[in-house]
Amino acid sequence: MERLAPRTLTDLAGLVADAHERARPLHVVGAGTRAGLGHAVAADAVLDLSAFAGIETYEPTEQVITLGPATPLALLAEVLADAGQRLAFDPPDTGPLFGEAAGAGTIGGAVAANLSGPGRPRAGAARDHLLGVEAVSGRGEIFKAGGRVVKNVTGYDLPKLMAGSFGTLAVMTRMTLRLAGRPPATVTAALLDLDADEAGRLMQRIAGSALEPVAIAYLPAEIAVRARHPLSAAAVLVRFEGPETALAERLADLQRLIGGTAPVEAIEGPDSDETWAMIRDIAGLLPDGGRALWRLSVPPAAGCALARRLGRELPGVHWLADWAGGRLWLSLPGDADGGAAVIRAATKTVGGHAVLFRGPLALKVLVPVFEPGEAGLALLEQRLRAAFDPAGILNPGKLG
Amino acid sequence: MSLMMPAPDRTVIDGRAALLAELRRLLPADAVIAAESALAAYECDALTAYAQRPLAVVLPRTTAEVAAILGTCRARGVRVVPRGAGTSLSGGALPLADGIVLSLARFNRILEIDLENRCIVAQPGVTNLALTQAVEADGFFYAPDPSSQIACTIGGNVAENSGGVHCLKYGLTTHNLLGLEMVTMDGTVVRLGGGKALDGPGYDLLGVVTGSEGLLGVVTEVTVRLTPKPQGIGALLAGFDSVEAAGGAVAAVIAAGIVPGGIEMMDNLAINAAEDFCAPGYPRDAAALLIVELDGPAGEVEAQMDRVAAIMTRHGAASLKRTRDEAERLGFWAGRKAAFPAVGRISPDYLCMDGTIPRARLPDVLKRITALSAHYGLRCANVFHAGDGNLHPLILYDANVEDELAKAEAFGADILRACVEVGGVLTGEHGVGIEKRDLMGEMFDDTDLAVQQRLKCAFDPGGLLNPGKVFPVLHACVELGRLKVSGGKLRFADLPRF
Repeated sequence: MERLAPRTLTDLAGLVADAHERARPLHVVGAGTRAGLGHAVAADAVLDLSAFAGIETYEPTEQVITLGPATPLALLAEVLADAGQRLAFDPPDTGPLFGEAAGAGTIGGAVAANLSGPGRPRAGAARDHLLGVEAVSGRGEIFKAGGRVVKNVTGYDLPKLMAGSFGTLAVMTRMTLRLAGRPPATVTAALLDLDADEAGRLMQRIAGSALEPVAIAYLPAEIAVRARHPLSAAAVLVRFEGPETALAERLADLQRLIGGTAPVEAIEGPDSDETWAMIRDIAGLLPDGGRALWRLSVPPAAGCALARRLGRELPGVHWLADWAGGRLWLSLPGDADGGAAVIRAATKTVGGHAVLFRGPLALKVLVPVFEPGEAGLALLEQRLRAAFDPAGILNPGKLG
Repeated sequence: MSLMMPAPDRTVIDGRAALLAELRRLLPADAVIAAESALAAYECDALTAYAQRPLAVVLPRTTAEVAAILGTCRARGVRVVPRGAGTSLSGGALPLADGIVLSLARFNRILEIDLENRCIVAQPGVTNLALTQAVEADGFFYAPDPSSQIACTIGGNVAENSGGVHCLKYGLTTHNLLGLEMVTMDGTVVRLGGGKALDGPGYDLLGVVTGSEGLLGVVTEVTVRLTPKPQGIGALLAGFDSVEAAGGAVAAVIAAGIVPGGIEMMDNLAINAAEDFCAPGYPRDAAALLIVELDGPAGEVEAQMDRVAAIMTRHGAASLKRTRDEAERLGFWAGRKAAFPAVGRISPDYLCMDGTIPRARLPDVLKRITALSAHYGLRCANVFHAGDGNLHPLILYDANVEDELAKAEAFGADILRACVEVGGVLTGEHGVGIEKRDLMGEMFDDTDLAVQQRLKCAFDPGGLLNPGKVFPVLHACVELGRLKVSGGKLRFADLPRF
């Protein structure tokens, strides 16, 4: 495996142009911690972006940062925390899920996979925070798109397309991200002892209320006791952020809203943050060891009922619901098709789709990681990809 | 007209009768408009300085009809300009002499209200305000609120990625969409996004179609997210002796981690125009006025109002008022919302610009606007969405005075160049359209534009959908495919401009 590690933008563009000319596939890599996400790339050369790291400009008052895609997330989080800021989309540290060290992932990887945390329903995903990019297309052209300001409709919103494209359209070399201030205080309410159906209904009521919860999740009993802040029973977790003085009132409002439905326990300060970090990163919550891990995106009101149904139909399912039910994480044995046929059919009936987020290699040979689109859409995506990378040299095979 | 549109295709114009016959075969009789008098209503949008009569206007009612129209037009090489309510300020719906206008006016039904999943499925011709009205009683609203919301359609909002006063907290159209049904130029119907789910499969085509100004496809169904109505809303009105001080106050609010529903700024000319128009009680002698609105859980709004008031005082607010009730809050907004008609009263005509800049550069850019105003001999009133740096300078002119429109346009172009120079962009929410098309080169080089146009080719290889908008040079797709670059420069940089 040849490793190409360009030091400058010009060199990188030259390498890609050359690969384009010779139709030579490249595996584009930042830190490589998310290589297990998606399919294996069919390339005999690695394009190592580690030279494209570091913060170029950071203006806290503008809440905007421009940086290299290979900048480690851990470093970025530190710099932002020092200025009282954060990435609102709260990208997970997926390293441990794929057998990599914690804290090694890059911002480029998080954006390329369009990752997001429990705050996604209000705060958005990576796509919503990538304001501008500089990138090298599959033809070796250096181009830029978007800008350095939040409100911008000048030209197509190519940053949205780059986010979630897994490096298959262009190689990002510089990115500008929108930032958010850190809240003065946070608190998490745990509504205890709810079964999945009750939880599903209650989460919609809370999400539809004026209480401005920033995250809502449901942990069934066996998952709840694994959480870093151990809970004694199944729990709907509701996170609030705001001025310290306002949070007690928010908890009281929540009590009023749910009536006597469930006992409420408050999780405060660092415990609250750690609980949500676990839900974001998944690794410690669901059982590991050669199992299939599915990530479902569904209408929120359908989430818990769907999870229960799949739990009945498939053996050995463990699950949790994030985004008030709009995102389900399912872990089940990775043999046979890893539940693919049943999961995808059931998810489709409620109007959602399923990604095989992690699975044994043998399973990924059988089952597409990403749900194949309908014919018209697939053709459009194929043409789009050819527009950016006509020779198909960037991460071929990654998306299946 | 100083603006050049693509040369009309003579054979298409000559084939008008056959085209009309075909459209009448595909559509009900009342869905094809061809009478000259009736076409006049469609010859411009809200950028009224430019007008063009189209070959015909079609008013389909169903997705199948849209697909049939596009299929026929593609086969005949007829250009198509999609149109919502025609409120575009950038000429996005300006017709072509050899093209038809495809109006979505009859796609005016709300198809489903799903409060459990907090979304609405609607046809594109439903107005922005109607979405909120449909769910208000249940405690929800549709967050993006462009000032034309009473008339503009959700389909048009998708095409322009519209913003509004409250997008600082609630985001733009793109952040509030879940899914689209769209017909591409070859008549294929595709569904983009996640339906009622937050994440869709595959590439983010929903994201790239939003704000694509009708160049990629015709949207026939939209699923939008709903937001719970906030418990409490309060506003502060603060006058400052200098724009710098007001700008400093805005930066400090944001830096404090406070996310107001909106922060608006008006300069002295805009303040006085508003006072003359509807007397909202603004301080006439202030150099800059800030309206800061905070919403959220009731107790938190009060706490945040205290913090914001303290920041305003610390940054030298010469006057400070705080709302005690809803009537007072609406009063604060009355002048801002009437800013355009108020300016309309002190000048026969005005041009509304739409650049965005990094917030910190506001005083700098305002100084340049003042200098340009003196240079061109035209007045300029300034209103801004200050929280996100989106400027709306209103250039006052009189179309009946020879050359004044041209002068106003040159003034506007200079303002936008200044925006780009300080790290900003040409348009924050109105779109490029024809208005800023020829300025695209200020922000993007030929390679950047070629990459964007190849995306267009993936959706519309024949270049038939809304051509002449957004891109200053039209390349044939086959030519774009062959373009070779070296050192970031195109080999064919000297292609003729139309």
